[in-house]
Amino acid sequence: MPVLDLMSGFIVELRNAGLPVSLTENLDAMEAVKEIPLEDRQAFKYALGATLVKSNSHWRAFETIFEVYFSLRGPEYNIVDGESDSPSELGRDEQDSQQPGEGRGQSGGMDGLTPEELAQMLMQALMNGDQAMMRALAKQAVQRFAGMEPGRPVGGTYYLYRTLRNLDLDNMLEKLMQANKDSAQQDLTKLEERLEKDEFESRIEQFKQEVEAEIRRKLVADRGAEAMAKTLRKPLPEDVDFMHASREEMQSLKKALQPLTRKLAAKLSRKRRHGRKGPLDFRNTVRHSLSYGGVPADPKFKYPRPAKPELMVVADISGSVAAFARFTLMLVYAIQGQFSKVRSFVFIDGLDEVTSYFKNTEDISEAIHRVNTEADVVWVDGHSDYGHAFEVFWEKYGKDINAKTTILLLGDARNNYHAAQSWVVKEMQKRGRHVYWLNPEPKSYWNTGDSIVGEYGTFTDGVYECRNLRQLEGFVEKLV
Amino acid sequence: MESRFESVQQVRDGLKQVNYLADDGIAGVVYLAQRLGKPILVEGPAGTGKTQLAKSVADMTGARLIRLQCYEGLDESKALYEWNYKKQLLRIQADKSSDSWSEVHDDIFSQEFLLTRPLLEAISSEDPVVLLIDEVDRVEIETEALLLEILSEYQVSIPELGTITAKQIPMVFLTSNNTRELSEALKRRCLFLHIDYPDMEREKEIVLTKVPDITQNLADQIARIVRSIRQLDLKKAPSVSETLDWARTLMLLGIEHIDAQEAKETLHILLKYQTDIAKAAKELSVDK
Repeated sequence: MPVLDLMSGFIVELRNAGLPVSLTENLDAMEAVKEIPLEDRQAFKYALGATLVKSNSHWRAFETIFEVYFSLRGPEYNIVDGESDSPSELGRDEQDSQQPGEGRGQSGGMDGLTPEELAQMLMQALMNGDQAMMRALAKQAVQRFAGMEPGRPVGGTYYLYRTLRNLDLDNMLEKLMQANKDSAQQDLTKLEERLEKDEFESRIEQFKQEVEAEIRRKLVADRGAEAMAKTLRKPLPEDVDFMHASREEMQSLKKALQPLTRKLAAKLSRKRRHGRKGPLDFRNTVRHSLSYGGVPADPKFKYPRPAKPELMVVADISGSVAAFARFTLMLVYAIQGQFSKVRSFVFIDGLDEVTSYFKNTEDISEAIHRVNTEADVVWVDGHSDYGHAFEVFWEKYGKDINAKTTILLLGDARNNYHAAQSWVVKEMQKRGRHVYWLNPEPKSYWNTGDSIVGEYGTFTDGVYECRNLRQLEGFVEKLV
Repeated sequence: MESRFESVQQVRDGLKQVNYLADDGIAGVVYLAQRLGKPILVEGPAGTGKTQLAKSVADMTGARLIRLQCYEGLDESKALYEWNYKKQLLRIQADKSSDSWSEVHDDIFSQEFLLTRPLLEAISSEDPVVLLIDEVDRVEIETEALLLEILSEYQVSIPELGTITAKQIPMVFLTSNNTRELSEALKRRCLFLHIDYPDMEREKEIVLTKVPDITQNLADQIARIVRSIRQLDLKKAPSVSETLDWARTLMLLGIEHIDAQEAKETLHILLKYQTDIAKAAKELSVDK
């Protein structure tokens, strides 16, 4: 049965993408598939999803792989149609994507249209929210504009870009809004206008996804599922590297951060309340023994209430590590209830305290934004100078460090060959409770070039590699 | 045995009859759960109808709903079963003289002295039941282990009595607000269903079914505004139940068509944080 083969490949790919799929889940999926008619693709997808994916953050990865493995297949998705495999066809495809490809595939009589007519039709379809039309147009657009060639190892994004550029989708929203305004009888209120805009935006987004799916189908037909899945493989949100995240990945990181902080806060407060039992609480035991006629049948214990640590975060926010500093600050402030006091400082070559930005606002991302724009962190040239920043810190705030203070130093310790001034870190450790250093660089890069994390590291209680959310979460848990 | 579902569509229609609008995913997973005899772990943001799903399925199948509300500190004696100590004591004291020790011993550990708690009750029930284990993420990770036996084998082992096996396999729903990661062991035994905010069309349908006498026009407008608000970066996005509250409020106020002023005045029903309200008001440009 070909489905079985496909399933095993599918599950291997899920595991490759980092999803934990156990053997029993695999078997469950097989069972589930038996209960579902194969023709019902949607139900099939949910059956697999329910049995194989047990976390919502993995759903996207699952969806992509599902599309690759179980996409519709057939001759009409071949990049070059079987009937016209002449070399000239191939050449033409490459040199000019604008010309209408006559009589290829099943595109329902749209082949004769000029690009202008096509654009017009697309606008109509978007205007009316005509799903079937949008799908047909996506198909046609890909065939015409993407200029796909069999066997060429470019990723789907390249084709997507080409198609969308030719359709002039960027200006589509404006055109739609204008057309909508013209057709309306009376003037729209601001609220209505805004709602219309959101509606059109979501339709355009839908069309984009339609185009993307069409391209993917063609690529799968050309290269096979395994190869395609490999090029599409993306790290899960918790594994995305802070330092090299794309804008899109940043968005998904931000989304992943919120449930994470909630989870961490719940876990930490639970840990604080439960955990170890303390020594016998004599008074309480005697009190309770009264209900058993003076027999201490129900011993009571004192629960230790560990003091909440005080936290000072000192973060490098120069370009290379800014994203990391931002996420760490966000995380720390989201769980600030776990600390008795949080103070934060940012630096590049000068240093500034930014605690107040977080004080008067509930909105952490707003505060982070202010940190990036308002904090006075440049002293000479705006290149990281850890030595000077630490000196300033010690001078101004060193006296505030006490035995309850935990200090977090964030940065890659790339000091641009300035003086290290590591004595400051040594003093911090002497006076404070703990000093930790979080480095967003991979361990293998430490102490190469101008990185002097080793020199600072000797005076800290630990240097941790924090390249992604997973590692950051692990560290914060340990900290409290 | 209760009747088995025949198709996904049947589940969907059935749920619709009890006023629960399921999408393909929800109906598909419910159908599968019954077919495979597996529990469903339902996860998602608060107020999207996780608990309601279990209630509606019970309603649809005509089964009795047994609910176990989870909380920190939930233990065996609250979830599974407990021996009725007082009754046992009475039994021992009632006829001290006559019975021999072994007889009493056997006697006091019998069904008669057992207090059933929700989980055991669901297992031992004769009639069809739907078991709802609500907010399972609130119990400690150690307590989760209590659930494992019942979820995979549909049985409860009581050392003094032996193993009680289910007479019929109940449908089991576990809901979670995702405040912590559930253990692998628990997840492995369940089908996973994530219920997210509905898309605009479905939300409109929900408003239309749940709020009587509302006009098409108003429902449409409500759904569209809520969608726009959810796209903003908020501390707490409006849930379905808040959408419904808002719709009812607008009905009560006799509003047929939402304009900027009315939207601003009623925004606090949809959003619960001052910063969120300010942000939404600004975004929808209704603050003037």
